[in-house]
Amino acid sequence: MRYLPNTAQNQRAMLDAIGVRGVKDLLTKIPAKARLSRPLALLPALAEADLIRHMRGLAGKNADADGWTCFLGAGAYDHYVPSPINHLILRGEFFTAYTPYQPEASQGTLRTIYEYQTMIAELTGMDVANASIYDGASSLATAALMAHSINGRREIALAGGLNPLYRRVVETYVDGPGLKLRDLPAPEGVVDLDAVRRVVGAKTAALVIQSPNFYGCLEDVAATAELAHAAGALLVVVSDPVNLGVLEAPGRQGADIVVGEGQGLGVPLGFGGPYLGVFAAKNEFVRRMPGRLVGATVDLDGNRGFALTLQTREQHIRRAKATSNICTNVALCALMATIYMSTLGKRGLVQVGELSTAKAHYAAERLSAVPGVSLRFAQPFFKEFTLRLPKSPERVAAKLAKQSILAGLPLKTFDRKLGDCLLVAVTEKRTKDEIDAFADALAKAVA
Amino acid sequence: MPYDNQRAYDRLIFEMSSPGRLAFSLPESDVPVDPALAAVPEKYRRRDPAALPEVSELDVVRHYARLSQMNYGVDTHFYPLGSCTMKYNPKINEDMARLGGFGRLHPLAPEALSQGALALMHELARMLAEIAGMDAVSLQPAAGAQGELAGVLMIRAYHEARGEKRSKVLIPDSAHGTNPASTALAGYEVIEVKSDAEGQVDLGDLERHLGPDVAAFMITVPNTLGNFEPRVMEIGEACHARGVQVYMDGANLNAILGLTRPGDLGFDVCHFNLHKTFTTPHGGGGPGAGPVGVKAHLEPFLPVPVVAKRDDTYTLDWKRPRSIGKLQAFWGNFGMHVRAYTYIRTMGADGLRAVSENAVLNANYIMKRLEGHYDVAAPGPCMHECVLSARRQKKQGVNAMDIAKRLLDLGFYAPSTYFPLIVEEALMIEPTETESKETLDAFCEAMIQIAKEAEANPRAIHDAPVTTPVRRLDQTKAAREPDLRWRPRG
Repeated sequence: MRYLPNTAQNQRAMLDAIGVRGVKDLLTKIPAKARLSRPLALLPALAEADLIRHMRGLAGKNADADGWTCFLGAGAYDHYVPSPINHLILRGEFFTAYTPYQPEASQGTLRTIYEYQTMIAELTGMDVANASIYDGASSLATAALMAHSINGRREIALAGGLNPLYRRVVETYVDGPGLKLRDLPAPEGVVDLDAVRRVVGAKTAALVIQSPNFYGCLEDVAATAELAHAAGALLVVVSDPVNLGVLEAPGRQGADIVVGEGQGLGVPLGFGGPYLGVFAAKNEFVRRMPGRLVGATVDLDGNRGFALTLQTREQHIRRAKATSNICTNVALCALMATIYMSTLGKRGLVQVGELSTAKAHYAAERLSAVPGVSLRFAQPFFKEFTLRLPKSPERVAAKLAKQSILAGLPLKTFDRKLGDCLLVAVTEKRTKDEIDAFADALAKAVA
Repeated sequence: MPYDNQRAYDRLIFEMSSPGRLAFSLPESDVPVDPALAAVPEKYRRRDPAALPEVSELDVVRHYARLSQMNYGVDTHFYPLGSCTMKYNPKINEDMARLGGFGRLHPLAPEALSQGALALMHELARMLAEIAGMDAVSLQPAAGAQGELAGVLMIRAYHEARGEKRSKVLIPDSAHGTNPASTALAGYEVIEVKSDAEGQVDLGDLERHLGPDVAAFMITVPNTLGNFEPRVMEIGEACHARGVQVYMDGANLNAILGLTRPGDLGFDVCHFNLHKTFTTPHGGGGPGAGPVGVKAHLEPFLPVPVVAKRDDTYTLDWKRPRSIGKLQAFWGNFGMHVRAYTYIRTMGADGLRAVSENAVLNANYIMKRLEGHYDVAAPGPCMHECVLSARRQKKQGVNAMDIAKRLLDLGFYAPSTYFPLIVEEALMIEPTETESKETLDAFCEAMIQIAKEAEANPRAIHDAPVTTPVRRLDQTKAAREPDLRWRPRG
């Protein structure tokens, strides 16, 4: 067994040193009636070459974004991933290290997290970012709990454009503390500000708004910030950081907490995870934040060094009174994002945003010119938009899949009122030719 | 050992920035850009560009390569970090996770076009259920702590479905911090149960707390002192007799693969740490994956969606009205599922059993070799890890932290220190099955050398580490004057 180095001779020598005859003499505390007397019923072990063949067979049954042209979004996007990311994260010193609890032997990880915190704070326009939460949805859920812990209020108001999958995660997380969710309608694709005025009040811990929202529409974050703050509530903004080369930083629009899915920052699509939960806040809330934080300090010789800090917020110190239960986070995905942001830099991220929105607008124009097809909402959008189709979106998507086009997401299962709609995302990777082919195929499919 | 010149390397990527340099490759736009930008209202557009670095591709590669050299990892160092199962992370796992059909698959691709991924998840869940003796497994939790939250929420939903209001969860004082934190997050009051002198549950104290208001008892098996609780089945029976559900924290599952199963021991729920037992890498703190397994009576409450098989087709089943809901936007950390599946298919049933047997053997060997030099927290035999106490060394002026730092200089990562909380000056050592006798011997000799130094020259230990890129850090300053992001000087 190539992962088990003990030879029979090694085992004998170790057993002799311990003073027992066999390993079973070390296992006597396991109750006899619960000892497993048969082999586990698992599929047989495979040699490496056979295993690769088997895995290729499974992988080959999936419509990956290499063989298919991907117009799917809804929280996961086919953005460009620069080549150095994969090479660097595979360095075993990063890859096989644990959480940097021994800082002297973990300066590499600690420095990358400090860089990550700096870049996320800069992009979002916030004071401080943590070392990551699992994904965008769980990041939002912990932000809702943090808002409640800051102001003690018990309602979370959710703007209607919030990704419905995120809403379900928030619902799960607020069940324990018994917080109440209030849904604000978005009949025209963006939140109804009159509804915000009616619902957001003295009981509201936080107003949550996503921009661009699930339907792709840009929300007036600054206007909702004013309404939330007038009611003494916090504003939590759900933002996709890869858009923030072009779109205004939520921190400049009045956000108190910014969360989001960082997958677009160099993390592979990977069928939904692991992804990157971005979490940033104003400085005044730092001691209420969930998750790890890295701070700069000095060592005994006065040299700069980095360490995990403000750990009294965390579960391993504070236990039942911790700000969150999170321990393992997604440090390696945060490293991917750090390398991505270093690689794209000040100008690259602007170009990614400009190209994405250019292609999305071109696609929206071409696709909505197909007879019977129209844009569902008359709102400004960025890289994603909702189309209304004259035929069943499920059937249309199935037809286009036969031409290796992943046309977008039929919205019926997410919002029954949008049963005739398809959500289409266009990143900087899509070409004019691919968009034209999509439009031609769509025209045939709905004819 | 770190590279000699690491001490000289003290740069952050921001400090390398030079206006005009770039490291990316993006195409010229083949569609008009200006009209699209004009369609985004000015008030929504960024005014000041984000101050990200401007560097070349080689700058990026060399900077992060050099930062990596400032770390210890399993690939470079023995990493006996107790409770963390820092075993070898096979390279084939990485190749498999990067197959295009897995790594480049969108989570919302149509089910008919994701059959290979869904089949893998379905089979992994089945294999984990078999390994744990459970009836059903959800792969959705992103890490152990989220698995705990899911498990406790399912227990709560179960009691509520039976019309029972129970408000407390009992947890031993030796537990991982996530146990009380997750339980509190699920809306329960946490009651700490005392451990006896050997680190086992104090049955008298447990009995005192077991009342009609208790929803669950949560325990790690083997426990955090590395010992198997011999009375674990009696404890489970006592709980069940009062309608209390029993939850097993599966952090230490590496000790019992193919030897015994949580389900057979009487547990209703357990979670798995794929990043411990099933060789997915720790990545400097994550990502992990924390699938949760349950007995049949809790199955209706599993997170949605559940990967189901109908005839020969795999599907995501959302129609589960009693589900606790969702934990992540999508289906779980699928990349970790691919790695764990690859590992289990590599090992097979006999291989997994050999994993635990060798993990137990290695830990007992270390305990035996060190018992004359350090106090042992609880009498052996231990399971996959052993807990020592540096209380003897403390009297000589050397504490567990000093010993950990000295080990770094001797070329080893440190054991877990000061955990479990019930052991004074704890040093928790988990060698794992992937380390050779030669490595274990070298580690034991280093530990014995330190014990002797503590007697003869404690000062040398206080100075440690001296070979690492930095020496001991001023943690007080880090906490009192938080500096959490880089800012340009001046």
